[in-house]
Amino acid sequence: MAEALVLEPKDFASDQEVRWCPGCGDYSILKAVHRALADAGSDPANTVFVSGIGCSSRLPYYVNTYGFHTIHGRAPAIATGVKLANPELDVWVITGDGDGLSIGGNHLLHALRRNVNLNILLFNNEIYGLTKGQYSPTSRVGTRSPTSPSGSFDQPVVPGVFAVGAGATFIARAVDIDQKGLPTLLNAGREHEGTAFIEILQNCIVYNEDIWESVSSKKTAADSHVVCVHGQPLLFGKDRKKGLRLNTQSLTLEAVVIGEAGVTENDIKVHDETSTTLAHLLLSMQAPLPMAMGILHRRQGEAFDTTYRKRKPEGRRQRVKALLRSNNVLDRRPAANS
Amino acid sequence: MTQQEMWQKTSHVVRFAGDSGDGIQLQGAQFTQASALTGHDLATFPDFPAEIRAPAGTRFGVSAFQIQFGGDRITTPGDAPDVLVAFNPAALVVNLNHITSGALVIVDESAFNEQRLRRADLNSNPLEDGSLKDFQVCAIDIAALTMEAVKPFGLGAKDSGRCKNFWALGLILWMFDQPREPTVQWIRRRFGREASVMEANLAALNAGHAYGETAELGAVLAQHSIPPAQLASVEYRTITGAEALALGIVAAGELADVEMMFCSYPITPASSLLHQLTGLEDAGITTFQAEDEIAAVCSAIGASYAGKLGLTSSSGPGIALKTEALGLAVATELPLVIVNSQRAGPSTGMPTKTEQSDLYQAVYGRNGDTPIPVVASRSPGDCFDTAIEAVRIALQHMTPVILLTDGYIANASELWPLPDIDTYAAIPTARPNPLTDDKRAVFSRDPQTEARLWASPGDAAHIYRVGGLEKDYDTGNISYDSDNHQRMTDMRSRKLASVAKFIPAQSLEQGSERGLAVVAWGSTYGAVYQAVKDALREGFDVSHIHLRHLNPLPANLGELLAKFDRVLVPELNTGQLATVLRDKLQIAVIQHNQVNGQPFAVANLKAAIRVQATRRMKEASHG
Repeated sequence: MAEALVLEPKDFASDQEVRWCPGCGDYSILKAVHRALADAGSDPANTVFVSGIGCSSRLPYYVNTYGFHTIHGRAPAIATGVKLANPELDVWVITGDGDGLSIGGNHLLHALRRNVNLNILLFNNEIYGLTKGQYSPTSRVGTRSPTSPSGSFDQPVVPGVFAVGAGATFIARAVDIDQKGLPTLLNAGREHEGTAFIEILQNCIVYNEDIWESVSSKKTAADSHVVCVHGQPLLFGKDRKKGLRLNTQSLTLEAVVIGEAGVTENDIKVHDETSTTLAHLLLSMQAPLPMAMGILHRRQGEAFDTTYRKRKPEGRRQRVKALLRSNNVLDRRPAANS
Repeated sequence: MTQQEMWQKTSHVVRFAGDSGDGIQLQGAQFTQASALTGHDLATFPDFPAEIRAPAGTRFGVSAFQIQFGGDRITTPGDAPDVLVAFNPAALVVNLNHITSGALVIVDESAFNEQRLRRADLNSNPLEDGSLKDFQVCAIDIAALTMEAVKPFGLGAKDSGRCKNFWALGLILWMFDQPREPTVQWIRRRFGREASVMEANLAALNAGHAYGETAELGAVLAQHSIPPAQLASVEYRTITGAEALALGIVAAGELADVEMMFCSYPITPASSLLHQLTGLEDAGITTFQAEDEIAAVCSAIGASYAGKLGLTSSSGPGIALKTEALGLAVATELPLVIVNSQRAGPSTGMPTKTEQSDLYQAVYGRNGDTPIPVVASRSPGDCFDTAIEAVRIALQHMTPVILLTDGYIANASELWPLPDIDTYAAIPTARPNPLTDDKRAVFSRDPQTEARLWASPGDAAHIYRVGGLEKDYDTGNISYDSDNHQRMTDMRSRKLASVAKFIPAQSLEQGSERGLAVVAWGSTYGAVYQAVKDALREGFDVSHIHLRHLNPLPANLGELLAKFDRVLVPELNTGQLATVLRDKLQIAVIQHNQVNGQPFAVANLKAAIRVQATRRMKEASHG
């Protein structure tokens, strides 16, 4: 790109009118995406947003880069094709809990285990929005919806735990309204070599309002989430007196209060983002334990697209001609007989 | 057929049959090479079960390889073998019904013991109970002779026994006076690292050959040189459909100067194409084994969006899974090639048996008005040109294209004149021209082809967003406008129709424009060609029309068919092309259908032609 071309977040907004419901959490995520792209100095020509189907998947239309709104559940597969065809591109995948974990669960699994260099953003609102409010694979047991009027009874999947199981090398969690932290987190995922999986807790104001209120409301947030920072003790609460301790007997994390029952800061588990075991424990925590936020797991692993053969075709026509002769050749030309 | 008649023939049909672990296919492939290098025309038909190593000695586990070769023009592997090599009782009995009366039957005598007979559900020994009275039988203890030949190399009993396919091959090569050299070279390459195995196989091959020379089997097993075919003065090789498809694909990429990505998921009988294309990066193609059929087509579409040509391949059940994504490729106006190696359906059906029953799926099988061009290859070698044609249509018109082949052509081989790709026309693409600083809008379309601009990421001048939602005709932005949807649907129909402007007028393979037209497509080519040729010789008023383009049909087809009294459509399905012809051309056609998992026999088609065609008595008597 020409020098002096510094793009602002607004430069990454497309000319299309945004069509989400007023007050939808997607607006804040979109804003964070624009900000992240500007912060990273992204080149719109070399950036591609690929999405599936659902409310979240409309996002590529609103970002002024290349964008591909595909079919339900298949964004990771299409994005894999984009990335393998041109590994120079910065490829983002936008998906939701239904798109990514229900109809598209298989592709998400394989993108994660292959470790394709993609930045996958899964908007989790625990509901099907665009089809008018049916319960989703992440809906909590008891979710009342048009297809579960007496409350859903199937066990939900925890997106991050699924990602751990699939062998993901980068797993993070954030909340939609966090305009300060989210852009930084998105860019951490973008910079990661391999698949970055970022679950964004997103508020559907129409069908599942305030499902994340405990972590998004100022009143309760401090006690209901823990921001995990590599090398830092896992502390939370208004005055950061609460912490997570590893119970070595049960192999679970438990919430403790420093200064109570003889607990000191030394008892608090220090976050190690390279540990898949700790990531699993953190991601599995449910209320009354705090919700784990931030970069929960990050480790090095070879990205599929860097291993994927990139040899450029050279002397291609000669090679094709040689292939045509890759079997015994019967020469009936006159010259051969002379 | 008497012995004398048999050995006067200038072409022969040989069938090798044994257990699916006996190396029958290898034996057939090696015989094919020898035959080709002798200058014979040939066509082969590998016929094997879906099981990898079915229980030994069972009827359902029989694997066979049939070849017709010789001095005549050969277009089919032959209706009925006149030489059968059977390695066990099951291989003998399942093939007996198909072989010519008076045929030579060579069996491995050692396999006709009580236990093996029981495995083949036989109560008596066919070598003794008179079931072979119509044939010339040559019972040889192949197992023992092989063991003896390979003894010096110290292999175990199992490995020694596995050499018997080369022993038998040696004998058959001797019988038809064909060279051992290509097989010797192959054995050296294949077993180069295991000296004793290599030596043992070579010894078995030579021993079988020497047995023919020295055993004095008299008239039953004598040596017969088959004259070479009258071939053009060019270079030839043998080629299978899967090989020719792979070569056609890489050649097309070079002709279009487009890099390619072939994304597929293993399925019988389509997997061989993925195998063939793997490792050819320097020829401009990469392969990706996706997690499923849907991911395969989707990653191919992703590649096409990113500026490479995406290709995918499967068989009917897998194509069904890809169908939603094909609609996306149509909606987003991206090039894509989908190869369907058809097999017998419905559902899993018969994976290794051939059928032409996915034509409806290709032409009609999608939600919405979603036209996709369809081409079909007619023979193994023809897969090369059909692949180039599919790629051309995809790139020139910015559309997915379905290429229909089938299990029969994928595995069968024929003698093929080597093409000179320097004589092929370059394939145009709809890419923006960076030299002219191309500022065309991405969705401006070529009025001739309806192709939109193939802009791709990396190009700062054409950044665009697209998806499966209906888009505005001009800008590509989401549009639910009713007039716009009409306009887009019309454009998509027009695009399909425009393909017909770039394809050659349909011509006749044989015959003249009157009487009975036999209209066929795909792998029935060889059998239909031979049947019509014979019928013409017998004085029938018949022609052969073979379609490569099935959607759209060639522009002149309706006019051409109107010149005939009747149209007969032979197909390996229940009448799918017949329906398409009735639908698109509003003509009456007569169906002739077979769905037994096997290619048409020439005799079967001849019978159908005789019923429908009239004899040109006068001309026949003068001709």
